[in-house]
Amino acid sequence: MNNKIKTLGLNLLLLAIAIVTLAPFVWMVSASFMPNGEAFVFPPKFLPDTFSLTQYEKLFTRINIGRFFLNSFILSVSVTFISLFFNSMAGFVFAKYKFAGKDKLFKLLLSSMIIPAQVTMLPLFLMLKEMGFINTYLAIIIPGMANIFGIFLIKQYAESIPDSLIEAAKIDGASDFQIYYKIFLPVIKPILVTLALFTFMGTWNDFIWPLIALSDQSMFTLPVALANLMGEHSQDPELMMAGSTLTILPIIIVFLVLQKQYIKGIMLGSVKE
Amino acid sequence: MAKVELKNVSKIYMGGHKAVDNVSFNIDDKEFVVLVGPSGCGKTTTLRMIAGLEELSDGEIFIDGKPVKNVPPKDRNIAMVFQNYALYPHMTVYENMAFGLKIRKFPKNEIKKMVEETAEILELEKLLNRKPKVLSGGQRQRVALGRAIVRKPKVFLFDEPLSNLDAKLRVQMRAEISKLHRKLGATMIYVTHDQREAMTMGDRIVVMKDGIIRQIDKPLRLYRFPKDQFVAGFIGSPAMNFIKGKMVFENGLPALRASGGFLYRFDERLKEKLSKYINENAALGIRPENIALNGSSEQSYKAEIELIEPLGAESLYYLNLFGDKLIAKAQPLNDDLKYETVGITFPKEKVHLFVNEKAVSLK
Repeated sequence: MNNKIKTLGLNLLLLAIAIVTLAPFVWMVSASFMPNGEAFVFPPKFLPDTFSLTQYEKLFTRINIGRFFLNSFILSVSVTFISLFFNSMAGFVFAKYKFAGKDKLFKLLLSSMIIPAQVTMLPLFLMLKEMGFINTYLAIIIPGMANIFGIFLIKQYAESIPDSLIEAAKIDGASDFQIYYKIFLPVIKPILVTLALFTFMGTWNDFIWPLIALSDQSMFTLPVALANLMGEHSQDPELMMAGSTLTILPIIIVFLVLQKQYIKGIMLGSVKE
Repeated sequence: MAKVELKNVSKIYMGGHKAVDNVSFNIDDKEFVVLVGPSGCGKTTTLRMIAGLEELSDGEIFIDGKPVKNVPPKDRNIAMVFQNYALYPHMTVYENMAFGLKIRKFPKNEIKKMVEETAEILELEKLLNRKPKVLSGGQRQRVALGRAIVRKPKVFLFDEPLSNLDAKLRVQMRAEISKLHRKLGATMIYVTHDQREAMTMGDRIVVMKDGIIRQIDKPLRLYRFPKDQFVAGFIGSPAMNFIKGKMVFENGLPALRASGGFLYRFDERLKEKLSKYINENAALGIRPENIALNGSSEQSYKAEIELIEPLGAESLYYLNLFGDKLIAKAQPLNDDLKYETVGITFPKEKVHLFVNEKAVSLK
């Protein structure tokens, strides 16, 4: 009896937390289908009276959201693939190769994680400006090509892969790059997927750096464009919600597609320790 | 196939730890050599140096007469089977076996032929499309063997390949590897800490301890004529019994006296030979299977039976002889014999003597 009450209480608590967490998202989606002026009426409405696609229409016709969407997509995909390549290569070397000063170098890199990103923004901006990359895709891609967190994540995972797997490939005749490409990458797939998810979401949602580095409106990413929308159309909450819904949609899709891989452990059965 | 030669090979790790110390030995073409020793003795490091996975600190290794110190593993024409199988988890059994051939750019149909031939030898035909995770331990080990033999390398290296298998499977795989050796006529170097594996598989055995080779010999010679107390104790199961004491003269004859009061007199004919060892620390060695229970001769001792372990065909008798603990292996005595005192003798020709841990011939 006591246990049942406990379980019930726990479930009610979890339900309450779920409602609090999900409600804004559900309202966001719901409001995006409302006609102008319906989102902020009193008493507030949770569902639209009439289901309307006007806001989405406006987004594509008046605001050219397609362009921002494409910008975000190109940047997020490029940064994800490029950074996965460099992070995994660096993680591979840090985990599986011996070289002088390896530990010191890694500690030095790791210690840079305590520096807040904002501190590096100004020097980064000046450097990229000097190189003529400001207001181009490269201004977002180059700083995102590798990051310590990604290297750290890959290295930690790779350390659990037995050296014998790499050595077996070495004896089988594979070159270092072949080992990386044909053995290492497939074996670390679960962590690659995780990192891909983090990187994609991070780049997709990033606001401050694209705001600084991209000044031309045609280069804007979704979050930057969305913020602009707020300035221009502050009386238009339904339009804002439609923009927000479109912004988070790809993230949800990417997550749903990758979540299986994300959870799956591929190493099962390879070795017996 | 190939000869392997190690000349004054040493491995010193950063921090100064000497894992392998000036090791030299030859492995003949088609020979099966087992490196055996307790953990940390340098056997695996030696094997890894032959494979090229570990750099030499000193010395040189020759494969087929060619120095390989600066030759990468892939160009040494070797194959290695690892303790943990090290199968590529994302590849099927077929792909695992074909990987080395693909990398070496063999034509596709040739790869297929070679993999299928190997699969047939190892009875893996039905498993070719499976991934390692669905295989049993024994099957995985066979795939690892297959991956090694498919390339037809000159030298096979085995790094404790059976230690992850259960006892029954181990015996089975042991026989399979021995058969494979005969079938392929290949040079094989096998590392194990299990002296039983070493005895049953090796043409010759290299016994190592603390990075040093203690003895190289054929299995039975190693068993019969160990060069020192370590080898004597390491080879054979249960291990050889040692009664430690000092060399003394007793009634004009050389003898070994243990602190507990045990005394073993050597023959008159050994008087001259052993007299130089008087007052030296020594140990008398006798294998469990050589202790005669209920024996009667001039040198018979009374020992107390503390425990009997019946194994079926034989029994192990745990004996207390003047405070020294001995194990005897013998046919089961009559069932009535329980924990009591028995007369034991050490047949003269079976006794070993070690002075300061070095064997002294009693011939």
